[in-house]
Amino acid sequence: MIAPVSHYLVLSGVIFTIGVLGVLVRKNPLIMFMSIELMLNSANLAFVALSYNFKNVDGQVIAFFVMTIAAAEVVVGLAIISSIFRIRVNIDVDEVSSLKG
Amino acid sequence: MLSYAWLILLFPLVGFLYSSLLGRLLDRRSCGVVASLAVGLSFVVGLLCLSELQGLPAESRFVDLTLWTWIAAGRLALPFNILIDPLSILMVLVVTGVGFLIHVYATGYMHGDPGYPRFFALMNLFVLAMLMLVLAGNFVLLVVGWGGVGFSSYALIAFWFQKPENAAAGTKAFVMNSIGDVGMLLAAFLVFVNFGRLDYAGVFSQASQKLTYNGPVVTAICLLLLVGATAKSAQLPLHTWLPDAMAGPTPVSALIHAATMVTAGVYLIARAHPLFQMSPTAMGIIAAIGALSALFSATIALVQPNIKRVLAYSTISQLGYMFLAVGVGSYVAGMFHLVTHAFFKAVLFMAAGGVIHALGGEENLSRMGGLRRALPTMYWGFLLGALALAGFPLTAGFFSKDEIIVAAFSSEVGSPVLGAMALLVVALTGFYVFRAFFLAFHGESRVEEHVRHHMHKPGADMGAPVLVLTVLAAVGGYLNFLGGEGAMDRFLEPVFHRYATPVPYIEGAEALKEPLMLLSVCLGLLGIGTAWLMYVRYPRWAVTVGGWYPRVYRLLLNKYWIDELYGWLIVRPVLALGRFLSDAVDPAITDGVVLGAARTVRDFSSGLRALQSGFVRDYALAVLGGAVVVLIYLLQAGGVR
Amino acid sequence: MELAYFLAVSVIAVLAAVAVIVSRNSVHSALFMVVNLFCVAMLYLAAEFLAVVQITVYAGAIMVLFLFVVTMLNPAKEETPNRLANRLPLAVALGLVLLVGLSLALQPRFVKVAESAQSQASQAAGGNTQMVGGLLYTQYLLPFELASLLLLVGMVAAVVLGRKRA
Repeated sequence: MIAPVSHYLVLSGVIFTIGVLGVLVRKNPLIMFMSIELMLNSANLAFVALSYNFKNVDGQVIAFFVMTIAAAEVVVGLAIISSIFRIRVNIDVDEVSSLKG
Repeated sequence: MLSYAWLILLFPLVGFLYSSLLGRLLDRRSCGVVASLAVGLSFVVGLLCLSELQGLPAESRFVDLTLWTWIAAGRLALPFNILIDPLSILMVLVVTGVGFLIHVYATGYMHGDPGYPRFFALMNLFVLAMLMLVLAGNFVLLVVGWGGVGFSSYALIAFWFQKPENAAAGTKAFVMNSIGDVGMLLAAFLVFVNFGRLDYAGVFSQASQKLTYNGPVVTAICLLLLVGATAKSAQLPLHTWLPDAMAGPTPVSALIHAATMVTAGVYLIARAHPLFQMSPTAMGIIAAIGALSALFSATIALVQPNIKRVLAYSTISQLGYMFLAVGVGSYVAGMFHLVTHAFFKAVLFMAAGGVIHALGGEENLSRMGGLRRALPTMYWGFLLGALALAGFPLTAGFFSKDEIIVAAFSSEVGSPVLGAMALLVVALTGFYVFRAFFLAFHGESRVEEHVRHHMHKPGADMGAPVLVLTVLAAVGGYLNFLGGEGAMDRFLEPVFHRYATPVPYIEGAEALKEPLMLLSVCLGLLGIGTAWLMYVRYPRWAVTVGGWYPRVYRLLLNKYWIDELYGWLIVRPVLALGRFLSDAVDPAITDGVVLGAARTVRDFSSGLRALQSGFVRDYALAVLGGAVVVLIYLLQAGGVR
Repeated sequence: MELAYFLAVSVIAVLAAVAVIVSRNSVHSALFMVVNLFCVAMLYLAAEFLAVVQITVYAGAIMVLFLFVVTMLNPAKEETPNRLANRLPLAVALGLVLLVGLSLALQPRFVKVAESAQSQASQAAGGNTQMVGGLLYTQYLLPFELASLLLLVGMVAAVVLGRKRA
């Protein structure tokens, strides 16, 4: 590692926060999804950094699994989004609000 | 010993249950028979108890029979006990004996009435409650019976409740009696606080030890009991319900408002005499109320046009006599008059009822007259009853009324003023009752044409009881001579000598007896004679005399405007208060609290509902918010271990 | 020297991430995402296997899939009015708090450093890929199989959801 662990972790935190803000602020479901991928990616970064810090490969294995799950999730999620929004001109996640209380 | 005495209470209870539940389904007419039979059987058991009681030595003629333990809670151990002694047996016999006759009479009077089963159910219920009152061995059972007769009286006065006046009369009776009930309850509370127990035997035997003579406590107890007695016996100032109670069927008036329920007040004072004798203040007030009520109501009775109202005010007046008697310590005289009054007042009411029944409901004297030929049984019944009421020599009322007048003058706590008032009432009584008699039965018939043609002569079921009571009214006075003069005294002696020494007569009282007797006879005859002159010989005199003092006449006719006074003084403020509470206080407070609670919940949920916006991003925001909170918590808690 | 490398790469990564969420054009966002993924992969220095996997799977497959859907759905450049615009300040505030909190939380004094028994052994195994592979097929065999099952389910779901409504 070329920098102390804390630097990696702070970077991970920053990217995570940016991902959160993306989910909250954007209405386009695709952008929201990408923000979720950002968050997952930042978690992966944290895992890898800590795995080197503790000299334990388990962290990388976990990160591997995270990537696999992310792939599966993206597939299903995009399938849902495309089936909801296939006929609309403007895709807006706020329109899917029939669970309003 | 006397273990079967509780049967006295059982028979009317069974009768009540039968008439109220089965009778109306099976055979409506049987209700009358069953009801009369129930009361008759109680009378028989009463006689059995009497004979057994008299077989005991005098000191032990006091049987306290505990039927079961009623309340056992902390300091209060209250048995359901009945007391069999000469006083209670006397009352039982009067209630069931006269009651039986009136029940039989009622089977004829109420024939064809749609509420026939209900009537007899209520009559039996009344008899049950009255017997409970009379046989009670403790203050609580007394109050239960007291309330029971109050309720049955209400239900029977308002029997024909379809007419609003009748319902109002019933309500009036009940409300005024409730005032009395409050007094009774407060007295019971005071008794319990001071004695720790409520049974008669315990309380009376310890009365002289636990209470100071003429002290505030015993006077308070006595005055509170007096409030109850005044309300129940329709004495001043709680008398206004009784004349209105005449709205009920005549058998009701005869039984409840002449012979039995209204005498409960007198019975109470006689029963609780150990307490009353410790408060001369209370006794004085009793005597004064009695004399005043007697005089007051006798004056009103002089001019009433309704025959039942004349008898109602007469009842108040005679009850005043009884109050006077027990107020000066002559319990025996008061009870004796109670018995004879039951006889002659009942027969007066029943005869009047016979007339009313025959005339199809007419109660106004100005539309009667000349009924002597048409209704002979009723004629003789009313005549004998009137003679007894007026104290005509040798009738029942003569002996009993005389005792009271003598007592008023002779007792150590008596007063010549009260005695003079009592004498004046004798004259007035003779006048008003014979005015009614002459107007109803003598002279030219003022009965309306169509009524005269449809006159419904009473049958044997009404006639026979009237005959029996006519005889009793005539010779009932001789009860005091059974086995020698002063039989009543001897009979009731065990009761009134048990806990306290009775009030003695002053020196030289013996000498007053003969002159007073003569004086009262003369006054009575004076009253009768005046009535004869004014209503038979010279009928126009009545109108003339009425014209001399129109204002007095109107004052008497309108019962001294007391009802109106009460209405203005008490009823209107209470109604105003009720209206204020219901219109102003209730919506603000109770509605405010109840609806306010609902409104708060609704507003809170609306607030919460705003969280469910339906937008996914809002939910994500909420998740983030929660995560931040957890993070901050963990930070300040020093990290996760 | 190495620190400068780290800082440069991380700055680009952050800027790319910001660009992802800020771009009006979805295609631009997707491309910026690829940049971010590349930068992160460049930081996986001692974990070569993962770096390669990140580029092939994440940047290569997943983002391509994203681009497919983006172009298929063909969104307009202008977006509809934002109904939740008033949430923006709150979201930003919470985000900042999160950032600060995470930074504080991930300090070494909070993160307890624990030496694992495996650390020595993994160093001696020779080669990162071999190390990861070794663990994957021994200790984490069950999750491995389950993950493949999950991928199968995902495929089936995508086919089912993607069909035209009959």
